[in-house]
Amino acid sequence: MDNVLTITIFLPLLAAFILMVFLRGDDEAAQQNARRLSLVATVTTFLVSVAVFNRFDPNDTGFQFVEEYRWIGGLTYRVGVDGISVLLLMLTTFLMPVVIGACWNVTYRVKEYMIAFLVLESTMNAVFCALDLVFFYVVFEAGLIPMFLIVGIWGGRDRIYAAFKFFLYTLLGSVLMLVAMIAMWQDAGTTDIRQLLAHEFSSGPLSVLGFEIPGGFQTLLFLAFFASFAVKLPMWPVHTWLPDAHVQAPTAGSVVLAAVLLKMGGYGFLRFSLPMFPVASEILALLVMVLSVIAIIYTSLVAMMQEDMKKLIAYSSVAHMGFVTIGIFSASRQGVDGAIFQMLSHGFISAALFLGVGVIYDRMHTRDIDAYGGLVVRMPAYAMVFMLFTLANVGLPGTSGFVGEFLTLLAAFRSNTWIAFGATTGVILSAGYALWLYRRVIFGDLVKEGLKSIRDLDRREQLVMAPLVAMTLLLGVFPNIVLDVIGPSVGALLDQVEMARATAAFAAERLAGLN
Amino acid sequence: MILADISVVLPELSMAVLAMMALTVAAFGRGDDWAGAILWFAALLMAVLGVWIGLSPDGTRTAFGGAFINDGFARFAKVLVLFASAAVLILSKEYLVRFNLLKFEFPVLIVFATLGMMMMISAGDLMALYMGLELQSLSLYVVAAFRRDSLRSTEAGLKYFILGALSSGLLLYGASLVYGYAGTTGFAGISSTIGEDGLGLGMLFGLVFLSCGMAFKVSAAPFHMWTPDVYEGSPTPVTAFFATAPKVAAMIMFARLVHDAFGDAIGDWRQIAAFLALVSMFLGSVAAIGQRDIKRLMAYSSIAHMGFALMGLAAGGAEGVHALLVYMVIYLAMNIGVFAFILNMERDGEPVTEIAALGLYSRVQPARAVALAALLFSLAGIPPLVGFVGKLYVLKAAVDAGMTWLAIAGVIASVIGAFYYLRIVYLMYFGEPAEKLDGRMPATHYALLAASAASMVFGVVNLFGVDVLAAAAASALVQ
Repeated sequence: MDNVLTITIFLPLLAAFILMVFLRGDDEAAQQNARRLSLVATVTTFLVSVAVFNRFDPNDTGFQFVEEYRWIGGLTYRVGVDGISVLLLMLTTFLMPVVIGACWNVTYRVKEYMIAFLVLESTMNAVFCALDLVFFYVVFEAGLIPMFLIVGIWGGRDRIYAAFKFFLYTLLGSVLMLVAMIAMWQDAGTTDIRQLLAHEFSSGPLSVLGFEIPGGFQTLLFLAFFASFAVKLPMWPVHTWLPDAHVQAPTAGSVVLAAVLLKMGGYGFLRFSLPMFPVASEILALLVMVLSVIAIIYTSLVAMMQEDMKKLIAYSSVAHMGFVTIGIFSASRQGVDGAIFQMLSHGFISAALFLGVGVIYDRMHTRDIDAYGGLVVRMPAYAMVFMLFTLANVGLPGTSGFVGEFLTLLAAFRSNTWIAFGATTGVILSAGYALWLYRRVIFGDLVKEGLKSIRDLDRREQLVMAPLVAMTLLLGVFPNIVLDVIGPSVGALLDQVEMARATAAFAAERLAGLN
Repeated sequence: MILADISVVLPELSMAVLAMMALTVAAFGRGDDWAGAILWFAALLMAVLGVWIGLSPDGTRTAFGGAFINDGFARFAKVLVLFASAAVLILSKEYLVRFNLLKFEFPVLIVFATLGMMMMISAGDLMALYMGLELQSLSLYVVAAFRRDSLRSTEAGLKYFILGALSSGLLLYGASLVYGYAGTTGFAGISSTIGEDGLGLGMLFGLVFLSCGMAFKVSAAPFHMWTPDVYEGSPTPVTAFFATAPKVAAMIMFARLVHDAFGDAIGDWRQIAAFLALVSMFLGSVAAIGQRDIKRLMAYSSIAHMGFALMGLAAGGAEGVHALLVYMVIYLAMNIGVFAFILNMERDGEPVTEIAALGLYSRVQPARAVALAALLFSLAGIPPLVGFVGKLYVLKAAVDAGMTWLAIAGVIASVIGAFYYLRIVYLMYFGEPAEKLDGRMPATHYALLAASAASMVFGVVNLFGVDVLAAAAASALVQ
């Protein structure tokens, strides 16, 4: 059982392969088989990842379950997890059965739909496990193909525009990262992420086309990585692909997009930007934080004015990701802990919110907020669940949303009061748009004719929602489940960043002394 | 002495003899009735020669006073060219029969063109290079105009001929300048005249003109103008041929010329190659966006791909040549697959080349659509498909050679390029439904398409060992 990570990565791919090759026909029975096989595969993957988690030793700050195999051209297939990535891996494998459950009543090209999601899961798992730079890039980008098809084939009316925008935006961000990766490969002579973490990239003075770049080589690398992760996360002002993609994507696609794909950006910041370019991230931290605050306030205001529920939640996702970047670039214990926590908790909450929108969309075929009202009369269980996640989204204590926001705000307050002030304003605004949405959809009088016969959550929907409710409450009440696991790894990471910055500052002082 | 020379060129010699025999036999015999048999024979001949050359012993052997070089680099390239030509011949059979074009001259001309390419690849002298080039080009001019009753095809042939003649003129002019200033046409001799202070002005002009001629043959911008028209006008199997073997041969010839003859002047030709690469990548990517015809689109696509391959050349050295070779192998594999698909795009017996005809093709032929989609993503260079690995090699070579700017420009061009490949995928999977294409796909085409697509997906595991072979070949050229 030394290759558990490889199993978690390739199991969904294997299932996709079986579906593609062996499942024939498009009748009801074949569709049902496709769904069942995908469910079995994703649940099994989850169980394997539980085994990983079970044997994971949080006090070991290095990478565990490491596997290495030679690959082409001096590259290596190398996987492993540490405290930061293991939980994101768990989040992915946990959500995939939920996602498969959420698309149970899709009837158009079911087999291909399932294949796309299974392939997507493989790439997402691989992203969080990858310990080789090029392998990371390959799987990071590979996810674009299934997502492009999911949005394009099963999406809404303007799906073509959304699919292209999503694909090209993210691709453009990432190719610059590819060049930076090659430059790192050349500089350090290896693509092993563990060695790169220990490698010190030059932060000495460097001028490009006559411009003096503070932080030198590190800053250039940082910016290239930033281009990729900022688009993926997404950060203001490169977030515009997200609302389009979300609105047009099918429900399950939105869930994966919000819950997992966005986290790749945050994970990238934590795995690469902060520890590998500590000096550059110190120089640019304020810029990132200002962008994050703008994102939080601006997108919250935009969210308030949305007519479309999915768009509203999409903008709220951008705002919540702003907390993640603030936390990470505060480079403090609470900040990074809070950022990871926020990513995990947002994974559950946004997934549930999109599923919630999907539930009523399936019944009424519209996402217009104005088309609803008074749902509590006919759908008490739905109102209850939606209430929970709306409040979790706002960050009510007792739900997981609170912990992440609180920790990041604490860290922000310590590093810069104005940043904390701006971000906290965002919390208030989030209460505004979330509760207003809830009021307009759930409360009020049930006057719309079409809504008078709407049904409450059925058994499948309850089953899909239940794990998310459980996790949101569990993490809200016992945040230490997460914090204990990530703690040692985050501590080690920050110690290293601290030391690298001190060394660089010392070197710069010496240099200044010599001149 | 002469026997020793002949033993070095034995594969080429046997190919020439057999091709002429086939020509004679068919001309005096039953002519076109035997065309099918000759075609199969030619394909088989090339495959056998490919295996023969591939299995021949290592080491460098030269013939005719260094005019012909048979080294590991040449053998690698020859195997590529031979297999590519054989594959295209097999692909063209059905199409030629269907449109009543199966004349016995076709396979013979393809064999002669391939022979010319093998000469180009092995040339160690400007004279030998020009001979090989002309043998190839003359055969290609004829096959471009092979559909005599079609205005487009004859136009393509004429256009190709005139512009090809112009480029040959440029090349010859460069060669004569180099000869004038170096006093020799042998690559080794030219190389030995390059002193410490680099190229003299005359030699530099010679190099520039030679490079222009080469750029024309690999259809690198700004010498690409013939490509879209010739691709569009020629019968599709001929287009498939243009897109594959000659590109490889010309690129290999370019690499050998600059490394063997101008190896010490890398600073001079690197600028030229980098410029060609930059312009080709952007022109190929941007100009393809507006295309409505899939053959024209593939023309621009090949221009962009040649730009990437030239990036490997511009990087230079063993690493750059290695990257170039890997890129060309992948390029070949992708193009053979795509053209196997295009050859079967037809409706009611008429070939169709509009891209719009692929609307919702995935509902008509799901398996073919998946294969084409894999190939298109690979052409776009999206990981994990093999097309990405090729790009990774050239980008790495460029960054290692200190040309990070070119690598950055390249990746940006590749994003622009991704758009038009994606557009085809979008049409096939979620576009407007078009009138059904009803082309029946022969088993050979199906096999080549499937093999090409599958190798794009599974090749990422180890590139089928091509990587190692290419490294060995590159080190044979650049010590």
